[in-house]
Amino acid sequence: MKQALLAENLCKRYGRGDTGVTAMDNVAISLDTGEVVALLGPSGAGKSTLLTALGLIRPPDSGRIVIDGTVVFDNGYKTDVRAFRRSNIGFVFQKANLLPFLTARENVQLPMELDDISGGKSRRRAMELLEQFGMENRQGFKPSELSGGQQQRVAIARALANCPKLLFADEPTAALDSVMGRKVMEMMKRVAHDFQTSVLVVTHDTRALDVFDRILRMEDGKIGEK
Amino acid sequence: MNLALKDIRFKFGRFLLTTFGISLLLMVVMGMGGIYRGLIQEATLIIDRAGADIWVVQKQTKGPFAEVSSLPRNMEYRIAAIEGVESACAFISHTVQRDFQGRVIRMTIQGLPDDGQWLPLLKGRPLRESHFEMLADKSAQLPLGTRIRLGKDTYEVVGITGQMNAPSGDAMVFVSLDDALSIRNDIPAEGIRSEREARVRRFDAMPYGSTSAEHVEILRSASKRPAALPGRRISAVLVKVREGWNKEEVLRRIRELPDVSAYTADEQRQIMLGGFVARSRRQIRLFRTILLIVSTVVMTLVLFMLTMDKVHDIAMLKLLGARNGVMIEMILTQALLIGCIAFGVARFLGQWAYPHFPRRVVLVAADLWLLFGIVVGVSILASVAGVVKAMLTDAGEVLS
Repeated sequence: MKQALLAENLCKRYGRGDTGVTAMDNVAISLDTGEVVALLGPSGAGKSTLLTALGLIRPPDSGRIVIDGTVVFDNGYKTDVRAFRRSNIGFVFQKANLLPFLTARENVQLPMELDDISGGKSRRRAMELLEQFGMENRQGFKPSELSGGQQQRVAIARALANCPKLLFADEPTAALDSVMGRKVMEMMKRVAHDFQTSVLVVTHDTRALDVFDRILRMEDGKIGEK
Repeated sequence: MNLALKDIRFKFGRFLLTTFGISLLLMVVMGMGGIYRGLIQEATLIIDRAGADIWVVQKQTKGPFAEVSSLPRNMEYRIAAIEGVESACAFISHTVQRDFQGRVIRMTIQGLPDDGQWLPLLKGRPLRESHFEMLADKSAQLPLGTRIRLGKDTYEVVGITGQMNAPSGDAMVFVSLDDALSIRNDIPAEGIRSEREARVRRFDAMPYGSTSAEHVEILRSASKRPAALPGRRISAVLVKVREGWNKEEVLRRIRELPDVSAYTADEQRQIMLGGFVARSRRQIRLFRTILLIVSTVVMTLVLFMLTMDKVHDIAMLKLLGARNGVMIEMILTQALLIGCIAFGVARFLGQWAYPHFPRRVVLVAADLWLLFGIVVGVSILASVAGVVKAMLTDAGEVLS
């Protein structure tokens, strides 16, 4: 199976001297195309640091990241990260983080418009995505008019808008009840298979681990398979 | 998808309040500019309207507006006799303050050599009678038909003029030349009697043989005989130069008279602007500059705070891969919309508010365009703070 993500020797240290904390210690991780992987670990284990590094949000101190065959980080960024992120990476967070002044459809449409996809085409695709997540009848609603679960579904639809190679989710079910949490996890699985997107989910929620292809565990900045 | 407009629509109430607040500030700035222009216009209004080529005033004075000028009534005939003078006309201007119907009114009384047909009449008619009629400016708040006592006589308002204010800002009222003289030279009967008696006493003190009983009779007689008091005085003489004559030459001839000073209309205008209203002009100009600086600071703060409110959304946009241009466009569009709409609202509100100001507010197109340019500049400048904040915002802030 084709490798969507390969990261090697990722290191990140916050602070200096005795008070410094090592968040990532030679971390290596890979994801195959369409694979759904869970990343577990206690608070402070370095999960979010890894996610921000892999998502090209905050650079690691050193290491190498290859996404879909492109070296994007090798002890420094090797590409226009914002443009690369726009086309190749989707994010889902604990909070939906939808733009409050846009409707559900416009929120999904936004990443496509930022990627210069025409209004008509982006509108059609946004509606298709909302339909897939059962949100088509809420397309004109503002985030404040949607429930937490509905907001999270819109956020997943938005993350998939540009057909990303990778989808990173940081505690996507933390604010949801168990039924809705499981539904969201199953959606992740469906997304991976339907869109051939590799999904890495950072979670504390162990109730729906059966949906994942692989489970990784991170502790003290090191990663291991469970 | 225009993010700026969508954000404005989402928080429309706040946008309206912010814009309204800035528009009030701009209205004050606009008003200050208008008051500045109004001050200049009021200072030169009568000089421009009178249309005289030369103003003749009391020797070594800068009258009749900047300081008191007093000339004998017959000066106009002396001036009229000078070669090159087309016409010479007495000019009387003096300010009175009266309590009228429970309020204080200040009026600058102007003597009219004609019926005042040339004045901007809003209501009523020009003067028709030689005496006891008056044209009053609207700002005097004397309605048509009002009767007011000035000196020994009662005057009726027969016409209302618009925007005729003296350099001091007081409302101008127009009466016939003779009436203006009467009002100005109103001396109580007792004052005249006392002066007559004083003259007789001085006369009695003169050496015997140099006076006669007949002279005493003359001093005590009616007004057609030699007057008990000096003749009535006028403020200035307005001169029109005969066509084909050199104005400078006529001016030189008038200046040869030992008891007068003469100025061209331009010089008279300079006397007003350089002296009479110079301090007020400087003060208003300074105040307007300070207001502009305050407006800039306020607009910058407002726009910066608006951006601060959006930091999380900006971080999300960055995470979604938005180019810097998207954020800059969003902040700049909002800043320019606030600035431009506030300017429009200020202009609209000003139209309604300025006529209620006690001093005249004159909005000049060039000033308004300049202010509009400054507002656009300030909006751009103010948005720079927001843009810098947006550029420094880390996409990772979404996670916090």
